[in-house]
Amino acid sequence: MTTRLTGGELELGPPARSAPRGARSNLQTMRAILADVPDPEIPAVSIVDLGIVREISDTRVVITPTYSGCPATFAIEQMIRAALDAGGFADVAIETTLAPAWSTDWISDEGREKLRAYGIAPPPKGAGASALKNALAAECPRCGSNNTEEISRFGSTPCKALWRCKACAEPFDRFKCH
Amino acid sequence: MDTLATYALRLGDDSLIAGQRLGEWCGHAPALEVDLSLANVALDQIGQATHFLALAGEIEGKGRDADKLAFHRDVMDFTNCLLVEQPNGDFAQTIARLLLFSHYQELVFASLATSKDARFAAIAAKAVKEVAYHATLASDWVVRLGDGTEESRARTIAGLDWMWRFADELFVMDEVDAEALAAGVGVNKAALRGAWDQRIDAVLTDATLARPAARRPVLGGRIGRHSEHLGHILSEMQFLQRAYPGATW
Repeated sequence: MTTRLTGGELELGPPARSAPRGARSNLQTMRAILADVPDPEIPAVSIVDLGIVREISDTRVVITPTYSGCPATFAIEQMIRAALDAGGFADVAIETTLAPAWSTDWISDEGREKLRAYGIAPPPKGAGASALKNALAAECPRCGSNNTEEISRFGSTPCKALWRCKACAEPFDRFKCH
Repeated sequence: MDTLATYALRLGDDSLIAGQRLGEWCGHAPALEVDLSLANVALDQIGQATHFLALAGEIEGKGRDADKLAFHRDVMDFTNCLLVEQPNGDFAQTIARLLLFSHYQELVFASLATSKDARFAAIAAKAVKEVAYHATLASDWVVRLGDGTEESRARTIAGLDWMWRFADELFVMDEVDAEALAAGVGVNKAALRGAWDQRIDAVLTDATLARPAARRPVLGGRIGRHSEHLGHILSEMQFLQRAYPGATW
């Protein structure tokens, strides 16, 4: 029994296919465990919120890195290992896949709200690479103004850019479209 | 090494040496934002290198992983293009190198993302999104510096002039490239030259700069003939593994 997580299915819900009762509850338990594993660099959101977890089955959890050089990749794998072991899933393997390439479109609606509350402007959904050239103005996570400007396209982590709000004068991080 | 292993190795070496070179700016860039930008670009490149070198080791099948290939080879075993090992010089020279290289990488990865070999395609599909940011960063800076002060303009012209002689090597198709292409795995680099020229010319026009004068191309990086600069890069990058072979965290 396998559950593939796509953009629309990232919210915790029933598995896509019907399954025996026992297997189903196991998967739900694993999903709940993974939903409690925070991203090491942005602990306000979980790895499930970010779309890093791609597949959960009785035998394996498949994850994908956000950026090729993301230094958190190893830490994330270790945190998942520890969480699964503690939850009684020591035999479940963790595998990494590169394809399809991670996209900010996979960040859940809940994840976007958590980012905003944490002070990071979430990436527009569905913007993909097109947002790169004509960067749409970010919405200030503090005051909600769109009167904002980019200070630096590269910020404190690979996934963030540095912006400034001209309405409330506060600088803020913006999750880069990817 | 067989052809596809060598092909992966070249892609990995390009990214590795580009990232190691750019990383020298960390803590030295002219402004904090620039420091963050260059370090982030270097991090992306080293991440891409890790994937390509791991793939090279996997295809080779002799138990060499990405670290082994990065830290336990000598200068003549490296297959990177000569462009990426060129000295950082001043900020304008570094940006000139990044301009030529990032646009090349974006075109190569966009093409490689359709490779018949899913392993190459997966790395490229991920990397192409990252290098699109690198190309935008480099282009923006070339315009800002080229169309800037007399000083920034002169330095940018000098930087482009230095890097220009290493551009032709990027598009050379030797036997390894031809075989990889014939196998449906590799990229037709020669066919990307036109698109690359257009991109570079568009940036230079925005920057009010002329294309550098044609230079006799310098070749040899793909077969291990490097400038003296690469040895210095490796002596720093490989120091720990050479002093303490096999050391781990």
